[in-house]
Amino acid sequence: MANDRITLPPVNAKKTNMTCHFCIVGCGYHVYKWPEAQEGGKAPHQNALGLDFRKQLPPFSTILSTTQQNVVTDKDGRRHNILIVPDKECVVNQGGGSVRGLHMASYLYADGTQTGERLKHPRLFTGDQWLETDWEQALALYAGLTKKILDTKGPRELAFDCFDHGGAGGGFENTWGSGKLMFTALQTPLVRIHNRPSYNSECHATREMGIMELNNSYEDAEVADCIMCIGANPYETQTNYFLVHWLPNLQGGTADKKQKWFPGEATTETRFIFVDPRKTATISICEASAANQVLHLDIQPGTDTALFNGLFTYVIEQGWIDRDFIAKRTKGIEEAAVANKLSLDDCSKITGVSVAKLKQAAEWAYKPKAGGKLKRTMHGYEKGIIWGNDNYLIQSALLDLVIATHNVGGRRGTGCVRMGGHQEGYARPPHPTGEKLYNDQEIINGKGMMYTAWGVNPFQSTLNAENFRNAVLRRSEIVKDAMRQARGATTAQMVDAIYDAVANKGGLFVAHINLYPTMMAEAAHLMLPAVHPGEMNLTSMSGERRMRLSERFMDPPGSAKPDCLIAADIANTLKAMYHAEGNARMADRFKGFEWKTEEDAFHDGFRLQGAKDVGGEIHSQGGDTGNLATYALLKAAGNNGVQLPIKEVKNGKLIGTEMLYSDKFGTGDGLAQFKASPWNGLFKAVQGQKDKYRFWVNSGRVNEVWQTMYHEQYAADAKARWPMAPVELNPDDAKELGVGNGDIVEVFNDYGSTYAMAYIVPEIKRNQVFMQFGHYNGIEGDVTTDAVDRNVLPDYKHTWANIRKAAKGEYKSTVSFKSRRYAV
Amino acid sequence: MTQTVSRRDFFKMGGGLAAGAGVAAAGLTPASAEAAVNTAASLPYKPKLVTHAKGMKVNEPVSFTYPDAASPCVAVKMGAPTPGGVGPDQDIVAYSILCTHQGCPTMYDTKDRCFKCPCHFSIFDAEKGGQMVCGQAPSKLPQIVLEHNHKTDTVSAVAVNGLIFGRQANVL
Repeated sequence: MANDRITLPPVNAKKTNMTCHFCIVGCGYHVYKWPEAQEGGKAPHQNALGLDFRKQLPPFSTILSTTQQNVVTDKDGRRHNILIVPDKECVVNQGGGSVRGLHMASYLYADGTQTGERLKHPRLFTGDQWLETDWEQALALYAGLTKKILDTKGPRELAFDCFDHGGAGGGFENTWGSGKLMFTALQTPLVRIHNRPSYNSECHATREMGIMELNNSYEDAEVADCIMCIGANPYETQTNYFLVHWLPNLQGGTADKKQKWFPGEATTETRFIFVDPRKTATISICEASAANQVLHLDIQPGTDTALFNGLFTYVIEQGWIDRDFIAKRTKGIEEAAVANKLSLDDCSKITGVSVAKLKQAAEWAYKPKAGGKLKRTMHGYEKGIIWGNDNYLIQSALLDLVIATHNVGGRRGTGCVRMGGHQEGYARPPHPTGEKLYNDQEIINGKGMMYTAWGVNPFQSTLNAENFRNAVLRRSEIVKDAMRQARGATTAQMVDAIYDAVANKGGLFVAHINLYPTMMAEAAHLMLPAVHPGEMNLTSMSGERRMRLSERFMDPPGSAKPDCLIAADIANTLKAMYHAEGNARMADRFKGFEWKTEEDAFHDGFRLQGAKDVGGEIHSQGGDTGNLATYALLKAAGNNGVQLPIKEVKNGKLIGTEMLYSDKFGTGDGLAQFKASPWNGLFKAVQGQKDKYRFWVNSGRVNEVWQTMYHEQYAADAKARWPMAPVELNPDDAKELGVGNGDIVEVFNDYGSTYAMAYIVPEIKRNQVFMQFGHYNGIEGDVTTDAVDRNVLPDYKHTWANIRKAAKGEYKSTVSFKSRRYAV
Repeated sequence: MTQTVSRRDFFKMGGGLAAGAGVAAAGLTPASAEAAVNTAASLPYKPKLVTHAKGMKVNEPVSFTYPDAASPCVAVKMGAPTPGGVGPDQDIVAYSILCTHQGCPTMYDTKDRCFKCPCHFSIFDAEKGGQMVCGQAPSKLPQIVLEHNHKTDTVSAVAVNGLIFGRQANVL
């Protein structure tokens, strides 16, 4: 394909809405679709973008690159051009696009291109080869084995690792469909979520304190006096939230808005405080933009709880708290103040941050402004806490500080929010038992007979990954052997052979439902093809609870289906099997999946939650007003959608909620609950590695690729940039290890060993490294420990390992090793 | 030294910045020339003289426009063989300086030998074919396909590898 021109959409091109599949920010895009042979003209009245391409366009007119176009073939054989362009009217991105979102068109299914690797039909491992088969056979095998296990051993042997999100492969439709199958129909408790080894919230503490984690709007970041960013790197991971809503505030571009929103209130120069042991790309950009307004608290790894306790103690001493608010709307500050008491001296000793810097941070964030008004300080946190050292305690300590200073609870310009990873979109029945099982360990220890990996890839992304992967592969091989021996078996006979292997020989049957085979194909026996946005109608929600409908505009590859309809197929097959043997009681468990379309699943879950006559409980991010949303209203709301919960429908428009907790917090009595959270050191397993090994191994995402790189592993440009997981290494450490840029190093400890591409970075401290997580070539999770907090939330961010040079590697000539931290 | 323009100055200049950077066109077709970039360029580009190789100093950017006056470009001699490099040392490369993200003019940073965008902070490596080091641009910086004429020592632009920001096609 030519790389120096694109094809313009004609004025009559079909235009639909699309929320970016990937990060939580949820940028709005328009999809243009028109017949392959047609092309719009260069004059503004001749193309659907309305732009004058007869001359050079000025900056910011639009974003158009060859990555944003594709040619797709629908089932009727007709070929169409597709162009996906950021929506200028979308309040989220305002015409901006991230490097990830601007590749959405490249990731559309088109045979003969990088996406040709998509799963098109069910695939069955026959013992020696993959057989591309039909849904009837695939479902007969999957449901047949499920039923046999359910009938003889019970639901606890049916393990699931399932997506729990919006965006690509998720959404309210699919979380509901899969959730109803797992929890209402099968009733298995052995379920984990795509990024953690149990079925649990990432925000237990804050929810117990009465504060749901997505409680403000992106606009609040524009009018905050101060933003404290904790364990997050938003330039690389929440790009347009940072570029469109944070940075203009730091640069003074929102001063007028502040005056308008808060008339008469003293304004101070905006301050950003970053809490992160690593100097990130985000911090460099902020320093390049306004160095004097940026403070970096480069704490010792895992000492966040001590930091917040020190600040909490100090602001109470200084009187920089809202006593009236505390008296009227909170409870328990006295106990928390005693339990968390930590002097700045002690805080400094634990965190490694000087007392002067701690005081400066407290002044910037919490010292009242001229005239005595409280600062408006927004706190945004992400994986540094979520996957940090004791999630529960860090969140408790942070929220204590935030509540005491009234930086949550309805004041605009405040909020204490998860920055988020992927789009949200949760609507499920409750977990059947409420147990927090450590699924990975259950599987390692031989529990579970059937493992369905649904829109997930734990091989690349879980903790203690090498041990988990090898356990699954060993157990999978037992089943493969049995399948190999079952020559000439009918599907029913194959079910019996597999059952014998899983029930009597320690085997594990692995089913994999996904867009691509992925690394999970190494263990899988059955793969079912799913779809992503554009191939189905899909609703999801962003980090400011903004719900949108991404519209279907093309056919999926082969016989691939939305996950909700795959769930329905499985349930309906099981229902028919139970009916056939006259077991009405069990057949009844699998009713309620009579869905023809994804919209049927949307009605059944998200919308019914608000209905009075719903049979069972539903946990939905739409709350009890979800019934007000319809596809038609959401389509009309376009890329601006509606912020959940919906308040009402007025003149055909959905009216939403910008900020939570203006009156009452989410506790029984509506009072925010302080929590005692004394500093407790590192987890034992983590401390054990720290005592033995030299390098702290930090991990996270890099901007240019998404999570496990399920699309990008086939994309030439992404592979050229990141052919292997990079590991950022201090220059002096590199010298000592005899390692240069691009060399391949081994990272190893008691848990496993992995390999990475050395990337020498002066900003990285000695004896600390940062490795990309989730890469298919170099799995950082291989060296994370199995440590989890009281709610089975993993500590991905803290492990220690040794490093040695393994090979010279061949990446130096093609991969750039220049600084990724912007400076001029 | 780094060429810099503040964000504020840049916005004052707006989209008109490109227009001031013109260099007179010279339509030669080098007889004994070699181009070193593999390209999927598809358009009727006209060759244009950029400079003479001998006159270039290592790591000193030379501004020109290509394929027309509204498209600012920079050529740099890297001092060592470089992907896409031409000239006696195979080290002269050139790029469109308009960021492929939202069209802001990037600045060549002599310290890093990278083009850096002041608007959304994308960084492109001049020594790696314009590969994005970090940033939000969907594609590399478009590389200008150069040819060097051994006899006349002229360096000419002959095509563009990659779509220049703000265009449906590189040739308007």
